[in-house]
Parts: sequence; C-alpha cells; structure tokens
Amino acid sequence: MKHLPNKKGRFGPYGGRYVAETLMPALLELEQVYQSVRRDPAFKKQLSEQLKNYVGRPTSLYFAERLTQYFGGPKIYLKREDLCHTGAHKINNTIGQILLTQQMGKKRVIAETGAGQHGVAVATVAARAGLDCEIYMGTDDMKRQALNVIRMRMLGAKVRGVDTGSRTLKDAISEALRDWTANVRDTHYILGSVLGPHPYPMMIRDFQSVIGLEAKQQILRFEGKLPDLLIACVGGGSNAIGLFYPFLSHETVKMVGVEAGGLGLDSGKHAARFASGSVGVLQGTMTFLLQDENGQIERTHSISAGLDYAAVGPEHSYYRDKERIAYTSVTDDEALAAFHLLSKQEGIIPALESSHAVAYLNKVAPTLNSDQVIILNLSGRGDKDVHQVSEMMGLTGAITEGEDLC
Amino acid sequence: MSRIESTLKNLLLIREKALITYVMAGDPNLKATADIVLEIEGAGADIVEIGVPFSDPIADGPTIQKAADRALAHPVSMADVLHLVESLRKETKIPIILMSYCNPILAYGLSAFFKESRRVGVNGVIVPDLPPEEAKDFLPLARRNQIDMIFLVAPTSTPDRVEKILKAGSGFVYYVPLTGVTGSKLSGMDDVQKKIKALKTQTDRPVATGFGISNPEDAKGIGAAADGVIVGSALVKIIGTASENPAYLSDLSAFVSSLKEVLKSVD
Repeated sequence: MKHLPNKKGRFGPYGGRYVAETLMPALLELEQVYQSVRRDPAFKKQLSEQLKNYVGRPTSLYFAERLTQYFGGPKIYLKREDLCHTGAHKINNTIGQILLTQQMGKKRVIAETGAGQHGVAVATVAARAGLDCEIYMGTDDMKRQALNVIRMRMLGAKVRGVDTGSRTLKDAISEALRDWTANVRDTHYILGSVLGPHPYPMMIRDFQSVIGLEAKQQILRFEGKLPDLLIACVGGGSNAIGLFYPFLSHETVKMVGVEAGGLGLDSGKHAARFASGSVGVLQGTMTFLLQDENGQIERTHSISAGLDYAAVGPEHSYYRDKERIAYTSVTDDEALAAFHLLSKQEGIIPALESSHAVAYLNKVAPTLNSDQVIILNLSGRGDKDVHQVSEMMGLTGAITEGEDLC
Repeated sequence: MSRIESTLKNLLLIREKALITYVMAGDPNLKATADIVLEIEGAGADIVEIGVPFSDPIADGPTIQKAADRALAHPVSMADVLHLVESLRKETKIPIILMSYCNPILAYGLSAFFKESRRVGVNGVIVPDLPPEEAKDFLPLARRNQIDMIFLVAPTSTPDRVEKILKAGSGFVYYVPLTGVTGSKLSGMDDVQKKIKALKTQTDRPVATGFGISNPEDAKGIGAAADGVIVGSALVKIIGTASENPAYLSDLSAFVSSLKEVLKSVD
C-alpha cells in the first residue's frame, strides 16, 4: 500500500493546505515537529504511557453476546472507546497534540467542538498541562450538548459560543481558524478530526490508529483470525479512520463508514456527504462536501452534533474512490432506535454519533452468517445525550413513579 | 506590464499612492454594487476589489462575514458577479480585482472562471485561502488569460516563503500588516512601515497593504511606506448601513475622498 498522504498532504486529489498565508508557517512548523517526533522512541514512550495510565488504554474489545443473539447472525464485537477517560476516542488525539504543543513551546490552545467530546478532551489535557484553553462551539450545539459545556468550564476552559451560520461544528471551526490566524504565534489549534489543512488529517489519523492496532491484536487473540467487517460512524471521520487504518492492507477485511442520514436523504436535511455531495474546498482541505451549484456550503442536519458537518475527511474521499471503504447512512430515527437497543441489550448507553454505527447492524447483520465477525467502533458514551434524548421522549420535568416511557 | 501594475507605477510617477477599495458584490444588491463602484471611482479609488460572497469566509472578520450573508440572501453567484463586471465595463476602465475563496471558483469551473473573467474584463484575482503551493492549476490559466494572480504576504511569512510568493504572483504584492482576519485592529505603525520597506527591497513589483486600515490616519501611515493602500471592512461597514441610511452613498464617497486625499503628494 502506498504511503499516504504525499509530501504535499494529498491523498490522491484530496487534502492539501488551503489556508491564509498567515497560517502557512505554523502548519509547516507543526508538520516538521510532528515528523521529527513521530518515530522518536522517547516521544512514543511518553505517548503510550499517558494513553495507558491516564486514558485507560487499551480499551476492551467486548464480545456483545446479547446483541449477537438479537441479530442471530455474525459475532459482534464492540471496540469500547466509550471507556476512554472523558468518554470518547477524542482524547487519543488530544493527548498527542498537547505533547506537540509543549514541544513547540506554545502557551495557549484553542479548539472547535461539535458534540463537546473533543472540547472536553482538549480542556482535559490543557488543564493537565497548565495551558490556557478556549473552545469554540456553535450555540445550537451548546444547547443540545449542555452537559459537555459545563464539563469544559469545570475543567477551566473558556467556551465561546459561535452564533454565525448554522451555529454548529462548521461555524465553530471557522471561528477557531480566525482565532488561530490572530494568535498563531503563541497558540496551537488542536483540531479534533481528520479534517482541515495538512498535516492535521495525517497526524490525527496516526494518533487515532491506536484503536485499530489494539483491535487487531485483540481479535486475533479472541478469534484467531481477522474480522470480516469493520463498522464506524463518520462525521469528520477520525474514529473510523482510527479503526480502519491498520486493517487497510488486509484485503479480506471489509469496512463501512456510516454517515448521518438525518431526516432522510430525500429531505435534504442530512450530513451524508458521499450520498449527495461533490468535491470542493472547505476549511483548508479538498474533499467531498455538501454544497450548492455555486459552491456555497449547505446547511446540514443530524440528531448528533458530532456528525452534523458539511465535509468529510479527505482520506475517506480517497478510499471511497478506491472502493476500499464503503459508505452508507442511517437516519436520525434509526440511530435513536439503536441508542435504545444497545442500552437495553448490552447495558451500554452509546453516544448518538456511535448509535449510527450500531443502527447499520440492522442492515448488514442479516446478510452475514454466524462464522463471520464484525468489529464496531463504539466511539463514545451517551451520557452527554441523555438530556437530549429524554427531551425527545417527553421525559423532561419531574421524575415520577409513573409509567416507564423508555 | 499588467494594467494593475502599471496603474500603481504610473501613480508613483506623479507622487501618489494607489487607493484600492474592497466592496462585497451583491451587498445590498447587485445593482447597488455597480453604483457603489462608480461612486468610489469618482471619489478617488484607483483600483477596486470586488468580493465574491462565500458562506464560510475563514480569513474575514465579522464585518465582511455579515456582508457576505446579506449578499447570499438574494442569492449572488459567481456568474452574477462576472455579469456585474461585464456591465461595469461599459462605464469604467478602472482595474477590477475579484476576491474569492477557492470553492466558488472551483464550483464555477477553474478554466471557465479565468476565460470568462478575461472576457468580461477582470484584471486580477485574489484567493485568500490559496497559498502558492496549491495554485499550480490556477497559475497557467491566469497567465494564459492575462489575469494577475495576487498573493498575500503575512507578518509570519518566513524568508523562503516570501521568495516563493514573490515568484508566483503578479500585479502587486499584497502585504498583510497584522496577524488576524480582515477588519482587525492595526497597531505598531513604525514596525509595519519597516516591514513594508524591507519587502519592497526584495521585489520590483508594487507592494500594497491591507487589513486593518480603517481611517485616513492609518492610510497615511501605510501610504508613507507602501505603493498602495487597501481598505475593505471600513467601506463595507458604511455600505452595511444602506437599509437605514438613504445617504450611505454620499457618506461612502466622502470617506473614500478622505482616504485618497492623504495618498496624494506622499514620497
């Protein structure tokens, strides 16, 4: 397999570095610092010790026996990224990037967040490093992920509401990029997904690949063979590429990324970039986008703030063209049903983002047989979504001894 | 020598610095933009930049973001902006630069964009999210259609990057005097002047400076060092009052005159 991206940050035609000149030197510095430490044994040791002792890695690869019985087909394993410290895979990346921040001698970190999981993971590592931290978050997302706003503030971060555009992740990234442009000399921007200008998509993929590396060892131990299918949800696509990347060279392993189908592809209210998007440039990278015929970025919709974004990571676009990874989508309703299914069957409340991956089991499990093995990336836990889901079910207000609605 | 470059150089011969003004196409509407361009030319602007509205302008501050939102509410497409230039060309020969983010250009079609730009009379193009490294497909098309590609030099640009930018661009060199987005506050004039003068020693091409220049005082300070002064957000702010201020056009005119006034008889 070719080593990607190339020196210019390209995955085939995708990726690159489409930013204002002011940021170019910082991106080149980041790339240079990252390239110099990525194979440095001391850095690797420091990173893996922190992942072990602070994050709680390796996360378990859990055989979901009840879920497997429920579908009556393939063996289903869950990669439990929800068990990471702070509740999602996001911290795998922020632990790495905070080490780079310290290496570069920068005193302040900024970040964007959609669901708030990346924001919490940045606030967490910034607290531990004693660095100033500001998080940009769309005001619509602040409402639906209020718990994470509180967590970030408790961790000492300033949360800046972004009230422009769609008031979601895309606008938070734009605002973080503007802050970085103004403060680039003393600030590092900890981007949260495999998006944005080079070297972010490469670097964040590398930091997240720990998921797939562990999963590969674990499944070989449990099953004595590689899995038949990997499933993960795809917003920007960092948890997906993290699981998929170490398996890419194994041709027998199929992979499916699940995008947010929102209210359905026909409704126009979704975030399924591969279903109806086209190639363009947004926020530093060339990739598949939801845009109109004039190149204006379209509003997206998803029940989950973390998947509610108009672009997908450039590496995903590349592997989609190569037909190495397949992409599909599930609707809000399907994801919500899967949220409840996993809670009831396995006693695991998943994040609404991860629930999209779970929902895809309904479609794929019946087509596989009991000799086959699936690994599903359970990228985050659903604590942050409990309020939103209970509101949707009419459960807000006083908890009474009345009827169970769930 | 291109129209843009010769405009700047001819002004220097009469001891004037160029005033380059930015307006957003379609704010408050396309017809008004045509009137605005003619008005500011009459008030002393030497070159106009016409902004193509984009939904996600990462290099722009709130003033220009809001102007883009107002324009997109109509909506305004790249085709509309090119048509605007075509109709303006019946009335004025002022050099026109289109300022657009990458994506509206790519959506229009790269080759079609440059061909059509030439046909309607565009003289230069600025793409704020396109560093020279990503401009490989743009540059030959721009050259073939005799359109200047104008690149930005930032205060953070390293010497090797400055060299790369000078080599790639034509027309003039766009020096950004601050780290930040459009409409940010400018400070440290002495230092900025020094940096502009240093940049001028590295190129024969004119150097124009913009971002953060919001009043005649700033313009005079920048004009003392640069060959051209670019003012955007301050104009866009006045145009933004259009809905409640019937006299906005004369206010704009007076403001532009006051900027041009300080750029005459400077050395």
